[in-house]
Amino acid sequence: MALTAYAIIRLRNLFAVVILSGIFSLLAALLYVLLTAVDVAFTEASVGAGISTLLMLATLSITSEYEKKPAHSAVLPILIVVVTGAALIYGTLDMPLYGAADAPANLHLIPRFIEQSGTEIGIPNIVTSILASYRGYDTLGETVVIFTAAIGVLVLLGRGHNRWRPGMRKSVTPEDREEEV
Amino acid sequence: MNNHSVLRVVSKFMIPYILLFALYVQFHGDFGPGGGFQAGVIFAAAFILYGLIYGIENARKVLPATATRILLALGVILYAGVGFAGIYFGGNYLDYNVLAATATGGQHLGIFLVEFGVGTTVAATMVTIFFVFSGQDF
Repeated sequence: MALTAYAIIRLRNLFAVVILSGIFSLLAALLYVLLTAVDVAFTEASVGAGISTLLMLATLSITSEYEKKPAHSAVLPILIVVVTGAALIYGTLDMPLYGAADAPANLHLIPRFIEQSGTEIGIPNIVTSILASYRGYDTLGETVVIFTAAIGVLVLLGRGHNRWRPGMRKSVTPEDREEEV
Repeated sequence: MNNHSVLRVVSKFMIPYILLFALYVQFHGDFGPGGGFQAGVIFAAAFILYGLIYGIENARKVLPATATRILLALGVILYAGVGFAGIYFGGNYLDYNVLAATATGGQHLGIFLVEFGVGTTVAATMVTIFFVFSGQDF
């Protein structure tokens, strides 16, 4: 994963960068499988490696394939990244070990979900019952976020298509489009 | 991509199975990994594949812009509607226990409908974003 990330930073060919970020997502999905988080791995593989790579490729077909050389030096950004990374790693030192039975996350709500969801919800997949039932409000919020994203894209790019006013499409002439581009 | 006959034949063969797999992930999310979100993305991937191979215009004949815009809203309305149904049957908002005769039956029905709403919105969103990005005028 570190190798892929380094290659993504160094390469100027955006097509290769998009494909490499897809590979990065697939490796992350494998990592989640190793941590036995199958639902998360499934999402990462389908969304991170699949759809977002596709969307990036679609964007590339509109813009150019090569990145411009950066105009100013990279010393300050690298400094900020290193300091933030060091702070994050320092933070993880206090975290309980992976799978530790006495970790706060494993003591508070998780035992209740594991013991009760079978009788309360009656669904074998505990992840689904947490997502859709115990955390129903969260998932509703997430759905609305996705809906909002689509509306935003439509407002910005999906101009001129209106079933009840079909004339609107013709008002966007090729000259207009070139000016906007 | 009209000249790539291998791509055309293979994708024509694959698309039904992609759709079938998406439906499996959607309705089997109670028992195995998966759920509305993943299913929606896979379902959208089938249409995007069709659009890549056969052109956006042809894909839009299968799934017109109006249809995706309506489905987009319908998923959220279904999810929120299940919440209001909980109030109607005498519970709290998004309380599935009251939807059916037994509590677990209500939970099953509620989760099923809610996941279906999520899947619909996600699939419509992904198709919309891709088509709008690559087609510009659709």
